[in-house]
Amino acid sequence: MMIETYQLTKIFTIKKSDDIPAVVDLTLNVREGEVFGFLGPNGAGKTTTIRMLTSLIGPTAGSARVCGYTLGADDQNIRRSVGILTESPGMYDRLSALKNLSIYASLYDVGDVEGQLRKYLQMLGLWSRRDDPVGSFSKGMRQKLAICRALLHEPRVLFLDEPTSGLDPEAARLVRTFIEELRDQGRTIFMCTHNLNEADHLCDRIGIFRTRLIEVDTPQNLRLKLFGRKVVFHLRAVDPAWLSLVGGVPGVQDVAQVENKLLVTAEDPEEINPKIIRALVDAGADVRFVGELRHSLEDIYMQTMNENHTEVAGS
Amino acid sequence: MKHVRTIIDKEWAEVFQNRMVLLTMIFIPVFFVILPLVTLYFTGQGMGGNSPADVADVPAEFLAVCGPDMNAGDCMQVYMVNMFLLLFMMLPVIIPVTIAAYSVVGEKTTRSLEPLLATPISTFELLAGKSLAAAIPAIVTGWGSFAIFLLGLPLIGVSPAVIRYILGPTWLLAVLVAGPLMAIAAVNFALFISSRVDDPRVAEQISVVLVVPILAALFAQLAGIIVIDIFMMLSFIGALALIDIGMIYLGVTIFQRENILTRWK
Ligand SMILES: Nc1ncnc2c1ncn2[C@@H]1O[C@H](COP(=O)(O)OP(=O)(O)OP(=O)(O)O)[C@@H](O)[C@H]1O
Ligand SMILES: [Mg+2]
Repeated sequence: MMIETYQLTKIFTIKKSDDIPAVVDLTLNVREGEVFGFLGPNGAGKTTTIRMLTSLIGPTAGSARVCGYTLGADDQNIRRSVGILTESPGMYDRLSALKNLSIYASLYDVGDVEGQLRKYLQMLGLWSRRDDPVGSFSKGMRQKLAICRALLHEPRVLFLDEPTSGLDPEAARLVRTFIEELRDQGRTIFMCTHNLNEADHLCDRIGIFRTRLIEVDTPQNLRLKLFGRKVVFHLRAVDPAWLSLVGGVPGVQDVAQVENKLLVTAEDPEEINPKIIRALVDAGADVRFVGELRHSLEDIYMQTMNENHTEVAGS
Repeated sequence: MKHVRTIIDKEWAEVFQNRMVLLTMIFIPVFFVILPLVTLYFTGQGMGGNSPADVADVPAEFLAVCGPDMNAGDCMQVYMVNMFLLLFMMLPVIIPVTIAAYSVVGEKTTRSLEPLLATPISTFELLAGKSLAAAIPAIVTGWGSFAIFLLGLPLIGVSPAVIRYILGPTWLLAVLVAGPLMAIAAVNFALFISSRVDDPRVAEQISVVLVVPILAALFAQLAGIIVIDIFMMLSFIGALALIDIGMIYLGVTIFQRENILTRWK
């Protein structure tokens, strides 16, 4: 395991008797090579979680191990082995891109400074701008530079706090492609994001989180768990009698009609679809086409948040 | 040590890109060198060979400082010079405060503090780097301006007796020992303030209060209440050493990653 947390909790105390629970009882494991997506609304405690896991702030309770090092005991080793893309890039605007990175290369005790700087600046397309002050960079360029900075020391775990927020679609795509590359290299990545498509596409597993962890699973399983698998049958016209006909097919859990479509929920559509089609055709239905209804991660997210709304608000 | 050097290098790279800071760091020392030289030049003139006791403007307590080999003009100059001594002691306080006060809170406002604290640099290395980055230019400009001042003295016709006085123990202790000690105290105080406030300007304003005790001493001397002599200088250095130790101890205890990152007040 690259990241293991056990009942990790952070409570901020602003004034005495005024506590803000930011993260409560977070228990989570992230495997080596896994891309883990951390989803949650604003103020959910995502940044706070990353800050704890990168030894920037100490937990109020609970424990964690990152790269095999214990939080609180081996903080220096944790800092050495993780890379972090902070919420805002935080560059030294007056200094050049190269200077910014070389400061960090030195602080991270990078061996081949020149090679690493060149490698990552070229990878992210910033090599030709390396001598320009970062103050003259666009938001997307800064973000890319910050990603370079997080990678200079070849960290075993990479924490990305909203890597594509505020970027235009093209820049966001570039960053996503880059994250994909990192994933394919087998790097462990823990990323917070509000972009659900991105999470769906990039992440092996997703944790839905609001102060507490609400759900963790692969995007696929989250879909199944929340919605079952749904198949849509597009017909020329729907005879109400067909609803009970389809409902009677063994294995079908639910049938609903939406205009000229039948929405069928079943556990094993591959087995059942042929039977349903045969039944419909025998009953005289014109089946135009059949498709699986894929819920977007957004649906899943909304559903999870709604289900847990009262519980979390009350806690 | 490598990390400390990196921090110093980074602070300087940033500071010296900032014209305003650079100008302050050049203008103030130049002013502090020219002002005494010009004043000495004019006080030296027109006060020929009267005996020191004839100089009415000099407080009586002060006459003891003037040696038997000084005439009234010399004695007047020594009196003036002692005022400027305080100016030279102010230099190592003023110069680093601008850099140090900005140092932590500045990084907070540009959000560069978080990635910096995420690196494996130790908190002590970071603190040391930031302190030295501010203290070194202060000490160097302090000593440098004093050297230029010394070189300028014969040029404006200051008598050897006065130069001997300036090269005496009180002045040398003030510039070589008290100055750096004051720079260290000022830097640590400014860093302490800087990691506690949320606005760089506030940090600078609070830190500048450090100049107040020196100004107080300046006026006290003008009024003839105190005369800076070797005994006073040694006591002052002793007190400064204690203050420095206290400030550094306080800095290291309070300068914690989590505190400076998340506490805004
Ligand atoms: N330094 C701090 N002092 C006090 N409270 C804090 C501090 N940092 C965060 N919090 C509180 O902790 C909670 C979680 O904040 P956090 O920044 O972790 O959320 P987030 O999930 O990253 O949100 P976003 O999506 O907006 O970035 C919020 O209620 C916030 O007000
Ligand atoms: Mg956040």
